[in-house]
Amino acid sequence: MIENAKHLREHALELGMRQAKGPRTRILVSMGTCGIAADTEPVLAALREEISRRDLQDVFEVVETGCMGLCHSEPSIEVVDGVEGTMTLYGNVVPGQAAAIIEAGPYEAAGVEVLERTWYCPENEENTNGALQARVVLRNSGRIDPENLDSYLIAGGYQGLARALTEMSPEEVGGEVRESGLRGRGGGGFPTGMKWGFAAARKARDKFVVCNADEGDPGAFMDRAVLEGDPHCVLEAMAIAGYAVGASQGIIYIRAEYPLAIKRLRKAIEQARENGFLGSGIMGGKFSFDIDIKYGAGAFVCGEETALIHSIEGHRGEPTFKPPFPAVSGLWKAPTVVNNVETFANVPAIIRRGADWFKQIGLPECTGTKVFALAGKVSKVGLVEVPMGATLHDIVYGVGGGIRDGREFKAVQTGGPSGGCLKADHLQTPITYETLRALDSMMGSGGMIVMDSDDCMVNVAKFFLDFTLDESCGKCTPCRIGNKRLHEMLTEVCAGRGTQETLAKLKNLSHTIKDTALCGLGQTSPNPVLSTMLQFEDEYREHIEDKKCRAGVCRHLISYVINDDCVGCTLCARNCPVDCISGQRREKHEIDQDKCIKCGVCHSLCKFHAIDKR
Amino acid sequence: MIKMTINDRQVQVDASATVLQAARKIGIDIPTLCHLELDCFEVEHRMGSCRVCVVEIEGRPNLAPACCTPVLEGMVVRTNTMRAINARRTILDLLLSDHPKDCLTCEKNGNCNLQELAGELGLHRILYSGEMSNYPVDLANESIVRDLNKCIMCRRCETACNTMQTVGILSGVRRGFEAVVAPSEERPLSDTKCVFCGQCVAACPVGALSAMNRTYDVWRALNDPDKTVVVQTAPAVRVAVGEEFGLEPGTIATGKLVAALRHLGFDKVFDTDFAADLTIMEETTELIGRLKKSENLPILTSCCPGWVKFFEHQFPGLIHIPSTAKSPQQMFGAVAKSYYAEKIGVQPENLVVVSVMPCLAKKYEASREEFSRNGVRDVDIVISTRELASMCKEAGVVFEHLEDEDFDRPLGESSGAGVIFGASGGVLEAALRTTADWLAGEDLSNLDFVEVRGMKGIRDATVTVAGMELKVAISSGLGNARRLLESIQKGEAEYHAIEIMACPGGCLNGGGQPYIHGDTKILEKRRQAIYREDANKPVRKSHLNPDIQKLYQEFLGEPGSPRAHELLHTKYNPRNNF
Repeated sequence: MIENAKHLREHALELGMRQAKGPRTRILVSMGTCGIAADTEPVLAALREEISRRDLQDVFEVVETGCMGLCHSEPSIEVVDGVEGTMTLYGNVVPGQAAAIIEAGPYEAAGVEVLERTWYCPENEENTNGALQARVVLRNSGRIDPENLDSYLIAGGYQGLARALTEMSPEEVGGEVRESGLRGRGGGGFPTGMKWGFAAARKARDKFVVCNADEGDPGAFMDRAVLEGDPHCVLEAMAIAGYAVGASQGIIYIRAEYPLAIKRLRKAIEQARENGFLGSGIMGGKFSFDIDIKYGAGAFVCGEETALIHSIEGHRGEPTFKPPFPAVSGLWKAPTVVNNVETFANVPAIIRRGADWFKQIGLPECTGTKVFALAGKVSKVGLVEVPMGATLHDIVYGVGGGIRDGREFKAVQTGGPSGGCLKADHLQTPITYETLRALDSMMGSGGMIVMDSDDCMVNVAKFFLDFTLDESCGKCTPCRIGNKRLHEMLTEVCAGRGTQETLAKLKNLSHTIKDTALCGLGQTSPNPVLSTMLQFEDEYREHIEDKKCRAGVCRHLISYVINDDCVGCTLCARNCPVDCISGQRREKHEIDQDKCIKCGVCHSLCKFHAIDKR
Repeated sequence: MIKMTINDRQVQVDASATVLQAARKIGIDIPTLCHLELDCFEVEHRMGSCRVCVVEIEGRPNLAPACCTPVLEGMVVRTNTMRAINARRTILDLLLSDHPKDCLTCEKNGNCNLQELAGELGLHRILYSGEMSNYPVDLANESIVRDLNKCIMCRRCETACNTMQTVGILSGVRRGFEAVVAPSEERPLSDTKCVFCGQCVAACPVGALSAMNRTYDVWRALNDPDKTVVVQTAPAVRVAVGEEFGLEPGTIATGKLVAALRHLGFDKVFDTDFAADLTIMEETTELIGRLKKSENLPILTSCCPGWVKFFEHQFPGLIHIPSTAKSPQQMFGAVAKSYYAEKIGVQPENLVVVSVMPCLAKKYEASREEFSRNGVRDVDIVISTRELASMCKEAGVVFEHLEDEDFDRPLGESSGAGVIFGASGGVLEAALRTTADWLAGEDLSNLDFVEVRGMKGIRDATVTVAGMELKVAISSGLGNARRLLESIQKGEAEYHAIEIMACPGGCLNGGGQPYIHGDTKILEKRRQAIYREDANKPVRKSHLNPDIQKLYQEFLGEPGSPRAHELLHTKYNPRNNF
């Protein structure tokens, strides 16, 4: 059993040396859910087969890792050579390239797409090399074997816990986290150390540490990446939190739709128990801590901490009014610390390296990093982790490689359905909780959807409201009925039936909902409406006054018209589902606008660009 | 105590108070809708879900619900700013936009908190109209109508059903705009373990939960020349019905009630109190029998149909301990359709027995299969106190000006013991009066067992009757009944006799009584009226009721005789606990 921090460091060094004596080249294969979905398994098999065919098991070791964050180029693999010290990142790998990769070894394989590595790991590398990404949360994801405890230990795993338990008092641990400036990464941005402090100050027989892994924002998957790629770090963080606040039981509330994450967590918990990192008397001391897993049934609102607690208790997942805050009276009325996965993932690094180290990353008033799930019309979609204070431009154009197909950037939605849209004017804004809030958006859990001129901003607001409408628990009036009315009004605007009064009502109702809703979901649900109205007012006016949708998205406001390029091939007429296109063969055709349902089939089929969308 | 400021006025309140309580303390009212407190039963429903009570609190970014925001030292609250008032109006607007505005034909017309609020806030048009909920109305049971189209999601019914009564069938289901309160799988109430106590109806601020109305059936019977229609009125009706006509709560309106019923056209006006006396004869006989053999104790009362259904579902293992005596309503029906029908020479099928009850479960009870003989129900129609009041209004009976009249005989004669059935503890006290006399073999003068009276949810006492120490307990409210039964099951408590009533406070707070809108002082006034009525009765012990004695002589024989058993006793069936 590990007895203290020093002992653990020595043990990790020994493990590292043992690994160094093994095969010189390690091939890291991204085997998160996303990697598996992108058909990485055949690539993995091909690599293994190639190695055994050439009998090179002593030279190559294939390691299944979690997500590398390179959604745009899955399957992605990284070849790390211990002798040459090279790290080669390949993207869009197909099984047929396995031979070339093995052949090349530490060098770049010909004919395989090599990717640029745009991140550095502040914990291990001082030199940033001008990299835009700084990986603290994702430090191990894509680099270690998540199902192998030794792999985590070599990467410095459990050293934070060891330091906390054997070198610090609970107050010091809480103080370190408070000093680091870490704030809740689930959306609200509440100072983590302060939250722990509230729970620590309570005298109670039972206290709980809950990990919120009910990641529900559409398009956000950073928590899943951490759980699949680095499950031990969440366990370590929860144990540290337990020590700091005086809790002996942790619960991970995870959505049941994350089977791989659940599997790896289970395995990690087993390993941690077997090796004395969880259980009673951890590292020979008095501190005991264990972790259970609880499944969520897929309700977005259960990401709200009071709703999550009710769900764990077996009740309907509905938020309740705060105060009391969970840190004072939470699960089973006991003081309960609820933090989300990303927040926890920072903690072991903070304790291991200290608050001062953490504060160097990001801005003085907003420390550390934030992971964003970059999606939409950007060239390189994926998970990115940037220091707080990075600009939207850094993310969209730097990491994301700009807008796909060279089109023009229009807007970016941050904070998912609770956030808002920012436009080109805001590209240079440094990202912090406060700057985003000032622009009627929010950090949220880190969804970031990039839009171009093909996106209608009214429709975008409606799309996000669709989601909140489905996910509202229906408890309070403004969220239950108010959001429904907002959605109905947006539908009117999209259908060209909106009036000036609709706009005024949209704005007023949005403000009332924000002002009166019971929980964070309701209080932020009108953000997409308010921010698009603020930033793209002209588009709303066009929908209402000119009955036009410039992006050509709102079906009721567009028409398809055949131009003079028509050669009369009849393809469109034959495929029109409502038979509204007429004309003689080899003559220009015509669309009956009264009958047309604007499905767009003709537009997409025409080989002569003879159908205009107006 | 803390000091705070509301609308520039200083107020000192207890640190545990809410902003709403603090405001009301200095005469500032804040409108509420979902909020409900029944202080004498320790029921607090502070969901903060309707958001009608929002106020501005200095330093907070959002408006806060006054009903559930705890006060803090130095807090500065403004209840009447433009922002707060506008928000309230918008919330009300939203609620009305999804509410059928059929107030004129709604069961709760004139008793609806939403209607009242719309009046108070002076909303003149609905700005945010749109799609409305569309649910089928649940009419599948005898007692309660559920019209979810009117539900405003205040969730008071959940608190009544789950927290107060622990029947536990109601919960929020579905999400977003479609969220409503319903039993599991959205079953009709008839497919659940609902006991039809009607406390949810009493709690509902709107017309989403209301009583099944049977007044039309009564009118039809009254106007049928082939039918003889008799009516019985329960003990708790007489001390509450006056409220419907503007009389002070606690007014004893027995005489006016009898006159009103005659005005409506009933052939005979009888009293459930008579049957209550009959119940005491049978139940006391059973109690003394069990005491002498010292077996099957404690005996539990069985007058309350909500309680009976509750233990059938939730404590099927205990169905041998309640008394087998039927409830007074059903004893009355059985006697009316046999003894009385024979006496006046009318076929049972041509004799219509109508009950006026403070209770909605009585509607269900009368429909239980075992309470019919040859397809003829013992009690044909059950209406609530509220339904009776509406019939009087419809018929132009000016209730408050009626001259007092007396019940008809023989089924209208009752003792004070029968009257107190309407209050929690009354059945037990009535039984003790008879037990004491019978065991002592004399007419004892000490007949007020005040130690069993009161509103507290669980009470117990040790009373000495004829030198024998009897340990008794009383509980009202099914949540309290559950706690009491569980303590007996665990062996923590031992009693000889227990009275249980489903509704907190007993029948005077039944689901069919005039709405109290959270004012529990009204209940206390009704309770005092019941004991005043008892004190004023010339006969105050059931076994001394001359018409009861005559009934045994002429028809039943002895209490507990085979004939009495056939007519006046019943059996219980275990039911599913879901």
